[in-house]
Formats: sequence, structure tokens, C-alpha cells
Amino acid sequence: MSVMRRWAVPVVRRLGSGVLVLWGAATVSFLVLHLVPGDVVDTVLGPSTAATPELRERIRADYGLGDPLPVQYLRQLAGLLTGDLGRSYQQGLPVGDVLAGQIGPTVELALAATVLALLIAFVAAVATAGRGRAARAVASGLELLAVSVPSYWLGILAFTFLSYRFRLLPAAGDQGPAALVLPALTLALPIGGVLARVVRQELDEALARPFALTVRARGATERTVLLRHTLRHAALPVATLSGWVVGSLLGGAVLTETVFARPGLGRVLVTAVTSKDIPVVTALVLLSAAAFVVVNLLVDLAYLVIDPRLRTEGAGV
Amino acid sequence: MSVVARTWGGPAGGRVGRRVAPAVAAAVLVLLGVAVVFPGLLAPHPPNDTDVVSAFRPPGGGHPFGTDELGRDVLSRVVYGARPSLAIGLGATALGVLAGLAIGLLAATGPRVVDRALMRGLDVLLAFPELLLALLVVTVVGSGTANVLVAIGIAAVPTYARLVRGQALPVIGSPYAEAAVVLGVRRPVIVLRHVLPNVTGPLLVLATIGTGTAVISGSALSFLGLGTPPPAAEWGSMLSDGREFLATAWWTATFPGLAIVAVVLSVTVLVRSLRSRTPKGAGA
Repeated sequence: MSVMRRWAVPVVRRLGSGVLVLWGAATVSFLVLHLVPGDVVDTVLGPSTAATPELRERIRADYGLGDPLPVQYLRQLAGLLTGDLGRSYQQGLPVGDVLAGQIGPTVELALAATVLALLIAFVAAVATAGRGRAARAVASGLELLAVSVPSYWLGILAFTFLSYRFRLLPAAGDQGPAALVLPALTLALPIGGVLARVVRQELDEALARPFALTVRARGATERTVLLRHTLRHAALPVATLSGWVVGSLLGGAVLTETVFARPGLGRVLVTAVTSKDIPVVTALVLLSAAAFVVVNLLVDLAYLVIDPRLRTEGAGV
Repeated sequence: MSVVARTWGGPAGGRVGRRVAPAVAAAVLVLLGVAVVFPGLLAPHPPNDTDVVSAFRPPGGGHPFGTDELGRDVLSRVVYGARPSLAIGLGATALGVLAGLAIGLLAATGPRVVDRALMRGLDVLLAFPELLLALLVVTVVGSGTANVLVAIGIAAVPTYARLVRGQALPVIGSPYAEAAVVLGVRRPVIVLRHVLPNVTGPLLVLATIGTGTAVISGSALSFLGLGTPPPAAEWGSMLSDGREFLATAWWTATFPGLAIVAVVLSVTVLVRSLRSRTPKGAGA
């Protein structure tokens, strides 16, 4: 088999399934858009307005709501391809413009949380892997706690006590880097708990494998075995969870941004949900699905590079 | 949810994990059951009795958990809040499990075309983060306890459907299922008698942990103002109300949060201890 074909087939296959998922997501969001009961015109006009039938008709034409559904569907798909996400019912602005101003703070928060979650996971796992029962029991208990506590509640408590009571950290509305600490930690904790557990299980497994024994037999210290050799094995399952991490970050951002009164896509989403601003809601949900697909695609491609066994045609996605 | 359930669905280890923790967890869940069925037995006051004179009383005396901004007894509200909070958790999980069971079995036993179509559909739904999918559903159906239940249930369907299909496929291809086909047993009977029992064990493990996750999601949506409307007591909306006063009255938002933690922890601990008692291979 030529080098070209060996690479082309799995890459095209993964790209294709990614595109298919995105198309499905766009279709779902279109259907949802038209499932919502009530007249869109009421949402556009806001409550308690007595608009003339002519005005209502003009709004309908303006948003292209008078056309047959297949036409609207194709127009939305075409719009998505050109980056046109529709127009907000509430603000009358293109959805792209509504989101563009808010994406920065959310990305900043998500990146900070990702770094923190990875830090928590690897530090906790490396510190407890291969150790005695007590250390593992404590780590295991803390991990379980991290996923069982509603993180937004923990965020509220930490925020109140650290920012108000003891004034250790800046209050709401502050935009400095110190103001990012608590929100990022709130977002990172449940994700870090899951990752820590996954990494520790992988480390324990790798430490018991023959290659770890070989490294020890060569006279390497336990620390070298752990940091230089087994940690790589643990990194792979973490990469597999990347898609889940992105989803958790976006879902968690909704709550974190509300709790800490931070600007961002999560706040925009909550406002859009309460005011039934469907174009904004669907655009955000679609955006998160796209992020999920792209991240998974990148991880899959990275695997193809790392693990030649996956490059055979028969390998599943 | 699936990731959390997969990571914690295994058996518990150690003496604390096997003996002490399950006993505490069982006690918590029994208390919770009483709170749901007979809240009057545990609550010292009616949940919505306002008494402005005794607002923001710290815990102690006649109010073990203190009082809130309207002088309502926080303990009583936590007790009465168990019902809607748990209704969302259990209801959403039941919905997700039943729909997931139907879709998963259909995919595993139906024609290949159906299987592929269903799996592709689930891939699409799995690309949406669960909380965002739930928010999308709430946008369509509106807010309220029942609607939040439906939203979280729908968001969980893909996870359960995938598990069911994954568990059912090897059974369908097994020699004993083939033998049943040869003997002339009808398809529905094979599914009921041979496939279903093999699916229920892992499904129950996932569903139990999923219930805990659904309680957290439900409280989150209520916290955002989309769930149980005030003045009804519900843990998420109590958190949302109480946080404004947290700096001066820590108890208003602390106890409902602790209630959520206690329930979610107990559920997970109990599943893990049950798993460590069942023979290997009985679960996911």
C-alpha cells in the first residue's frame, strides 16, 4: 500500500464523519428552531406590544419566516457555510456579532481552567500513584468529592468568603488576572477530579507492566520510572477525553460566568434561553458541537501519527 | 455524565469504602426517602411560613439550620426541597433509561440500516454538551420542574442508548441466541428473555450514578432560574436565593448545597459498594 493511501483513507474517513456530525447538528438546531411554540414575531417585538398586522408581516419577511421550510433549511445551511449564523430575535443584530464580543472572556476562562485541571490531575496522580493505601484512599475520596459537589455552589462559597469576608481576592466585575483565579478553579475542579482518577489508574497499570520492571532493572529510580516512562502512557487516555473536557468547559462556563458575574458566552446563552432568542441559542449549541468535533478530530489525527496500528483501513474511528 | 459514571462505576476498595461509607450512605438515602414521602416528619416548620421578625436567625434554637431572608426555616425548606430535586433526578434518569433502552435495543436487534442511522443520530447528540442540550430543550418547552426533568432526561438518552447497544450486540451474536433463533423462538421473546437480562446490570450502575449527576444538573438549571419556580422549596433555587445574603448569613446557601452533595455522594458510594459485592463481569 502506498504511503498516500495509508494516510488518506483514515484521514478522509474521520474528516467525513466529523462533517456528517456537524451537518446533523445543524439539522437538529434547525428543527428545534421551528419546534418552538408561539409566534417568533412576539419574541422579536418583546412583550406587551400591539403591532399592526402589516408590521408583523414585515418582520416575518425580514427574518425570512414566510418561505417554505425546505427553503429556510437550505438558506440556513448555506449561511453556516459562509459563517452567517442568522440574526438575534432580541437584539436584531447578526448572531455572529453578538457572540464575537463575548467569546474572548469565555476562551480565557476555559484555557485557564484547562491548565488548572491538568495541573490538578497530574500532580494528584503522580503524588499518589504506586503509594500506600492511605495516600490513595485520601486522593480517591477527594476525587469523588470533586465530582459530587455542584461546582457552582463551591464557587459561590469560595467567592463570598475569599473576596468579601477576607478580601483576599478581587470582587466581581474585576478584569485583572487575579479575578480569573476563582472562576477558573470552580470550572476546573470537577474536570480535574475525573482526570486525576483516570491518570492515576493508568499510572498504576503502567507501573505494573514489564517495561517499568525493565527500567527499574536498569537501575532507574522510582521517580524516573514514574516521570519519564509511565507518564506518557497516562497522557493518552487524557487525550481521548479531550472532547468531553471541551463540552464540560462550555457547560460549566454557563454556571461559572453566572456565579461570578463574568461576561462571556455562557451569560449570553442564559439570557437567550430565558428570552427564547432561538437563533442565539442554536448558534451557541452548534458552536459547542463544532468545538467537540474539531477537538476529537485533532485527537484522532494525533493518534494516527502516534500509533501506526490505527492507520490500517479496517480500524474503527 | 457518561465519563463520570464510567470512571466511578467500578467496585470500591479498602475498609472505609466497603464498610463505613456504604452504611453512612444508606442512612442518608433512607433519610432522603423519608423527606420525600413524609416531609412533615422531619421538618420542624411548614416550608413556606414567613416570619419577617425572625429573618436571618443563625442556626440554633428552634431553627437548626437557621432562617432565610423571609424568616422561613432553612431545615424545613431543605427537607421539602428533596421532593422536586429528587423528582428531577429520578424522573430524568427514568426517561433517559427507558428511551435509551428502546433505541439501544432497536439498534442492536434491528436491520443494519436502522442501526447505522440511529448510531449516527446519537453521534450528533453526543457532540452537544449535556447541559447545553438541556438548555436547548428548555428553550423549546419552557421552564418549570417537569420541563427541566424532560430536558435533562433527553440530554442523557444518547449515553444510555450507547451502553444498551454495546451490551446487547454480543448477546445477539452469541451461540445461545443463535440457538434460540434456530429453535424458532420469536425475536421479541429473544430480546426479552436473553438480551434484556444481560443489559440491566450495567444499565443500573450507570443509571444510579446518572441519578446523582441529574440531581446536580437539575439544581443547576433551577439555580439559573429555569427550574422549579419560587416560592416552592428546591435546592438549586434555594442556593440561588441564598447566595445574595451569603456574606452575612452563610447558612442560607450552605445547607441546600450540602444536601445535594450528600445525595450525590451517597448514591455513588452505595453503587460502588454493591459492585464490590457482585461477581466480576456483572457490570460495565
